[in-house]
Amino acid sequence: MTDTPLLKVNSVSKFYGQRIGCKDVSFDLWPGEVLAIVGESGSGKTTLLNCISTRLMPTAGSVEYRMRDGNFRDLYHMGEAERRFLMRTDWGFVHQNPADGLRMTVSAGANVGERLMAVGDRHYGKIRDTASDWLTRVEIGTDRIDDQPRAFSGGMRQRLQIARNLVTNPRLVFMDEPTGGLDVSVQARLLDLVRGLVNDLGLAAIIVTHDLAVARLLSHRMMVMKDGFVIEHGLTDRVLDDPREPYTQLLVSSILQV
Amino acid sequence: MATPLVVSEVFKSFTMHLRDGIRLPVVNNANFSVASGECVVLGGPSGIGKSSILKMLYGNYAVDAGQILVDHRDRIVDIATADPRAILDVRRHTMGYVSQFLRTVPRVPALDVVAEPLVARGVEAAEAKDKASELLARLNLPRELWGLPPATFSGGEQQRVNIARGFITTHQILLLDEPTASLDAVNRRVVVEMIRQKKEAGVALLGIFHDEEVREAVADRILDVAQFSPRKVAA
Repeated sequence: MTDTPLLKVNSVSKFYGQRIGCKDVSFDLWPGEVLAIVGESGSGKTTLLNCISTRLMPTAGSVEYRMRDGNFRDLYHMGEAERRFLMRTDWGFVHQNPADGLRMTVSAGANVGERLMAVGDRHYGKIRDTASDWLTRVEIGTDRIDDQPRAFSGGMRQRLQIARNLVTNPRLVFMDEPTGGLDVSVQARLLDLVRGLVNDLGLAAIIVTHDLAVARLLSHRMMVMKDGFVIEHGLTDRVLDDPREPYTQLLVSSILQV
Repeated sequence: MATPLVVSEVFKSFTMHLRDGIRLPVVNNANFSVASGECVVLGGPSGIGKSSILKMLYGNYAVDAGQILVDHRDRIVDIATADPRAILDVRRHTMGYVSQFLRTVPRVPALDVVAEPLVARGVEAAEAKDKASELLARLNLPRELWGLPPATFSGGEQQRVNIARGFITTHQILLLDEPTASLDAVNRRVVVEMIRQKKEAGVALLGIFHDEEVREAVADRILDVAQFSPRKVAA
């Protein structure tokens, strides 16, 4: 157990005019830890994810990240260029819709290679080798390396997006409903893949999902959001087996059993 | 003798918000401890709170009051108040749990399911798989199943995968929730022997066994859970 968190979120709030996006959210995230943020549509989970990942400026609060040199930096007091560099190298962001995270008109290999070039790789052969290695890891045949993601199925696109994000060995990955919109057999494959990669690479991850089964499978810790507030937070097993709050009890009791 | 697990003045109730907030007390003032090399069996009828106690000890259920003290890497962790990270660390290194049912993960083969707790502790994958194979062979799980995900296995086959997964580590505390419930006589005897070896290795075991023969064979003492049950009033 390392004793320093990777990310410190302090009282983050976001208002859309008078309306609450998320209010007063604080937590720490440690290396290798997977946190699930669950709640129904409109509960503020994506707003929170966007605030933490600097895609959206919070109204109040701070987010500190431990850089590779060991120093904490406030993400909102960082230069734009430095923040962009961080997002391209040390972080990943997996969107629900792969088209938001991929460049649909360049080849699969280039989609993966682009991130490598961002961290300074210039050797074409090496980039292609790494890209093809990553395609294999996400179970995309290397014969597809020159195809554009437009020609891929939804599940393949999502796997490609994951490869694109992980190729730079990020330490923190954000995922917004990574399995939303995929049919169940494709979901299972993706979940197994994500679970394996997170374990093998020791990634920290924040996963937004409305699917409690996904949260159970992937996360160590879980935060339940309602109307912009975090209403329950704890060990994933505990929140699901012994939910304390009325809303969490309602969520858990609403799961369909197969 | 060392006592790696101490439960002190533990209370637990459920508040059912969807049922007009009724409060169901399930455990009142539980006090007991388990020593190294000892197998304590939780006794009492169904619904008296045996599984709830195991789930509290493993961190799956929250605790209203009291302490659950676990000897973890030369310090004492109170599961009742520990943060999630501390509980996960206790699970990784100190306390194992064989649940009644296996929670299967799609696509992960039985052998990997069993090897996983060792891999999580940093053991080489090949070594972990060797150990997993050894346990599955011992529990007579047909070799042709090892490479398949256990979702489609029979109850008894899943349970053997679950047992192998729970017994593969050298955890100093092991919680067992009816590990022999759906096993045949031959495999029950294998499990009894495995428990005996854990005791010899100094592991503290706490379990629920409805099968009398198994209970007789493994229990050093039986802890009557009825004494901690809020329902005992009538007695």
